[in-house]
Amino acid sequence: MTSIFFRSIKFLIGGGFVFVLLLALLGSITGLIKEPPKQTAEQALHKHPKELDLPSNGPLGKFDTAQLQRGFKVYKEVCAACHSLHMIAFRNLKDLGYSDAQVKKIAKEWANKQPVFDEKAGTWGERDNIPSDHIPKVYYAGTGNPPDLSLITKARHDGAAYVHSLLTGYGEKPDAAKAAQFPEAMKTPEGMHFNPYFANLNIAMPPPLVSDGQVQFDDGTRATVDQMSKDVSAFLVWTAEPTLQVRHQAGVAVVIFLLFATVLAYGAYLTVWRGMKH
Amino acid sequence: MSFPWARHYEPKNPVMKWVDDRLPLPRFVYNAIGAGYPVPRNLNYFWNFGILAGLSLVIQIVTGIVLAMHFHSSAAGAFDSVNGTIMRDVNAGWFLRFAHANGASMFFVVVYIHIFRGLHYGSYKAPREMVWLLGVVIFLLMMATAFMGYVLPWGQMSFWGAQVITGFFSAIPVVGDWIRVWLLGGYAPDDAALNRFFSLHYLLPFVIAGVIILHIWALHIPGSNNPTGVEVKGEQDTVPFHPYYTAKDGFGVGIFLILFSTLIFFYPDYLGHPDNYIPANPLSTPAHIVPEWYFWPFYAILRAFTADFILPAKLWGVLAMFGSILLLFFLPWLDRSPVRSAHYRPMYRVAFWVLVADVLILGWCGGSPAEPFYVITSQIAAAYYFAHFLIIVPIISRIETPRPLPNSITEAVLGDEGGSRITATAATA
Repeated sequence: MTSIFFRSIKFLIGGGFVFVLLLALLGSITGLIKEPPKQTAEQALHKHPKELDLPSNGPLGKFDTAQLQRGFKVYKEVCAACHSLHMIAFRNLKDLGYSDAQVKKIAKEWANKQPVFDEKAGTWGERDNIPSDHIPKVYYAGTGNPPDLSLITKARHDGAAYVHSLLTGYGEKPDAAKAAQFPEAMKTPEGMHFNPYFANLNIAMPPPLVSDGQVQFDDGTRATVDQMSKDVSAFLVWTAEPTLQVRHQAGVAVVIFLLFATVLAYGAYLTVWRGMKH
Repeated sequence: MSFPWARHYEPKNPVMKWVDDRLPLPRFVYNAIGAGYPVPRNLNYFWNFGILAGLSLVIQIVTGIVLAMHFHSSAAGAFDSVNGTIMRDVNAGWFLRFAHANGASMFFVVVYIHIFRGLHYGSYKAPREMVWLLGVVIFLLMMATAFMGYVLPWGQMSFWGAQVITGFFSAIPVVGDWIRVWLLGGYAPDDAALNRFFSLHYLLPFVIAGVIILHIWALHIPGSNNPTGVEVKGEQDTVPFHPYYTAKDGFGVGIFLILFSTLIFFYPDYLGHPDNYIPANPLSTPAHIVPEWYFWPFYAILRAFTADFILPAKLWGVLAMFGSILLLFFLPWLDRSPVRSAHYRPMYRVAFWVLVADVLILGWCGGSPAEPFYVITSQIAAAYYFAHFLIIVPIISRIETPRPLPNSITEAVLGDEGGSRITATAATA
C-alpha cells in the first residue's frame, strides 16, 4: 500500500499542479470572455518614435564632434535651465573638441553655480564652476520633475530617437477617428501638454524648441527645430556613454583578433584529431 | 577512479617531480583535465559547454573582483558608482562592467545548453546521478547570485526586482511578512538589503566554484557520458582528454569569445532593460517589472497561477516556481528507462523537443506584460512543464520500446562517418 503511494506520488504532485493551472486557465478564459480587454487611450494614441539616423548608430557608429558641440549648445541654452547632467564634468567636454581654455571659460560662465558650504558660518554659498566640477544639480520649483539627462538615451526604449521624437512631437495631433474614441484622453489637463510620444500622452514639460534660430550655431548650421532636436539627441547619446566610440573601435580589434585565433584553434583541432574517427 | 588504461603521470621536469612527490597536485590536474583522463572519442560540440561554463565563472569572478574595488555599496552611491565612476572614470571600467553584465547572460546561455544536453543524452542517469544533483545545486546558486548581482546597480529594475523576489517569502503563511522584513533588514529594499546582497554576491561564486569541483570529481568516477549513451567498453572507445578535447575546447572557447565580445562591444545593452538606467525610486513603480531574460521561464510559471485553490494563488505560484527547479533533483528516479541517449528513444525524443519549445514559450511569456494572451499561454505551457517531468517522462520510460543500441562507441563511430548517421542507422536497424 505504501509502496503504491510512493510510486504514484509524482503523478499526484504533477496532477496537482496541472489541475490548479487548469483552474487558473479556466478563470483566465472566462475572464477574457466576460470582459474582453479594451484598448486603452495610451495604446491607441501613443506613437512609436520616428527614425533618427545618427552617426553614432549601429555597431560601428562614431561621434560627429561638430554635431556634439551644436547639441551641447542647445543643452546649455535651452535644456540646462531645468535639467541637470550630473554625470558629466566640465573637463569631459574636451572630448567634444573644446580646448582647455574653452572648457575653463564654459565652466566659469555656467549660469548654475557650484554650491559650497561655509564651515565657519554654517551657511551655504556658491562659487564659479571649474573644469573638475560636475555640471551642478538643478533645483526646479515648477510643475513636474525634470529628470537628470545624463543617461536619458539609455533609460528609454529607442533612446535618441525617442528624445528627438518627443522634442519635435508637440504639434502632432493623433488621427481624428482614434481621438474621437477617447474624448477623455484628449482633454489635456491644466499645465500639461499633449505629446503622442510620451508614455501617458500628457507631459508637464512645455515645448522647449519652438522656433528656428532659437540657438545660434557657431559653425553656421541652420538651427531649425528639427536640426536642434537631432543635435541635442546626439549630444545626449554622448553623455550617456562617452566611451561609445572607443568601445566600437576596441571591439573591431578584439573580434578580428579572436577570429584569427579561432581559425588557428580550429586548425589545431583538425591536426590533433587527424586519423581519429569520431 | 578512471579506466585501467588511463595514462599515469610521469613528471619529465625535475621541478615537477619534486613538487609531485610532496604534493601530488600536478598528478591531480593531469588526471582531471590532462592526458590521464580517458574520454569517449565520439563527443559532439554539445560537450564543449561544461568547459565554457567554467570559463564563464572565471570571467565573472575576475571582472567582478575588479568592479568591487570601485563599487559603492550604498543606496545613495551605488547607481552613480556604476553608471558614473565605473563607466566613465575607471580605466576600461566600461569594458569590465559590460563584460560582467553580459557575462552573466553568457553564463546562463551556456548552462542552459549544458542542462538540455544532459536531458537529451540522459546524462543524469545511473551512475551519474550525483553529477546531475550537484549540477542542479550549481544552477540554484547561480540564480541566487545573478539575482543579487542585478540588484547592485540600484536602478529601477534592481529595486523593484528585489521587491518582487523578496515578496515571495511573504507568501509563506503566518510568518511570511516577518521573514521578508528579516531578510531585507527593513520594510523595503534599502542600505541593509543592498549591503547583504553585495556581501553574498561576492561570496556565492566561490561556493559555486567549490560545488563545481565536486561536480567534476563526481563526473570522473564513471567518466563522461557520450552521444550514444553506451558506456565505454575498452581503450579503443576513448581518447585522452589532452590533447584531443583540450584542442576541441580551444576551438569552442574561440567561438564563445567571439559571440561574447560581439555583445560586449557592439550590443552591450541589448539584453538589459532601459529602466535600470533610471535610479531606484521607491515611490515610482515601473509599468512592467520584468527580471533578466534568464529568469523569464520561471517568472512565467510564477505568474501563471492566478486561481486560489485551498492555498492563495500567490503561494501556488511561488511553490510552483521553486518546484519547477527542485523537481530536477528527482529526475534520475522519474525517468526509469535504462537507455540514456534520446537518439535511441523515439518517444522521449519527441517529448524532449516539446519541452525545449515549451520552455522557450514560457520564456517569451515571462518577458511579456501580464496581458490575458500571455497569461493563458503561460498557463498551458506551465501545465506541460510539470506534466513533462512528473507524468509524461515516467510513463514514457515504462511503455517505450527503445531502438537497438550499438554494441560499443567504436562500433557506432566506425560504422559511420558522423553523428547524424548514427541516428539514421539506428532508425533503420
